[in-house]
Amino acid sequence: MDQLIIAGREFNSRLLVGTGKFASNQAMVAAMENSACEIVTVALRRVDLDNPEDSLLSHIDSDRYLLLPNTSGARDAEEAVRLARLARAAGCEPWIKLEVTPDPYYLLPDPIETLKAAEILVKEGFVVLPYMPADPVLARHLEEIGTATVMPLGAPIGTNRGVRTRDLIGIIIEQANVPVIVDAGLGAPSHAAEAMEMGADAVLVNTALADTPNPALMAQAFRKGTEAGREAYLAGLGTQRQQAEASSPLTGFLRND
Amino acid sequence: MELIINGEAHEYLKPLTVQELLQQLNLNAERVIVEINRTILSPTGHNETELKQGDTIELVQFVGGG
Repeated sequence: MDQLIIAGREFNSRLLVGTGKFASNQAMVAAMENSACEIVTVALRRVDLDNPEDSLLSHIDSDRYLLLPNTSGARDAEEAVRLARLARAAGCEPWIKLEVTPDPYYLLPDPIETLKAAEILVKEGFVVLPYMPADPVLARHLEEIGTATVMPLGAPIGTNRGVRTRDLIGIIIEQANVPVIVDAGLGAPSHAAEAMEMGADAVLVNTALADTPNPALMAQAFRKGTEAGREAYLAGLGTQRQQAEASSPLTGFLRND
Repeated sequence: MELIINGEAHEYLKPLTVQELLQQLNLNAERVIVEINRTILSPTGHNETELKQGDTIELVQFVGGG
């Protein structure tokens, strides 16, 4: 069985799903089910006291899905650490998707603050999955301090633009000793397939599933894309060439020259 | 007694515990994480923790996110 192993824990699915921006909880649950994912991300926010909503958690089967809280909204290491500790206090397992994005326009991860926060959280016993720029040197630093994965971005969050950082992600995959999860920017199943064909260990998708009239069907398509890419990687892609190389025999043509 | 809850001032006439506050606000104590003056409160402490004048309280919960 080709399993994804993160911090010693085995997963059958290589597709992680975010729970943000779905039109309804029903649509979110349908997408989660059809994606066959086993890890779902959630965010932490203030309760709206004037309008307390029913809890997101009542819709997520905690026996089936590992809840991966993120530190979205954190602008520096201190805010990220605070959010991580609050998430752990909620009684979930100490897994955290570390996100530090001070820039509101592109939501790009801050490499220095991310590294700083990761160091603190690893020491506190968290299983840290850091969202990061597609920087191979930073990936090495994060791995060295003990993060469970690295999560380089394909493109800025929510842009649906695909694996724009392809060459750098290729280097990260080549050098990494922890799972590489391509996160952010994957907008189509072909993008997920592309990342997986390159040898990424997993992909994380949210906007592409939430931002369609049919999240359930799109989730199924992403599951297939992720699986197809993984299988192609395991099989080994053929060599690229400049010149044609015939697939059919070059003998026995119906002519006499 | 004034409490700052999620950034806004709220006035309470009687002393109350965290558990009582959550009840008054109609919040599910199992789903809400409580931080008082930057210190996270363990869920088992809801009942015995009395709130004091000027306490800054954060009530947070999980929402959808990527």
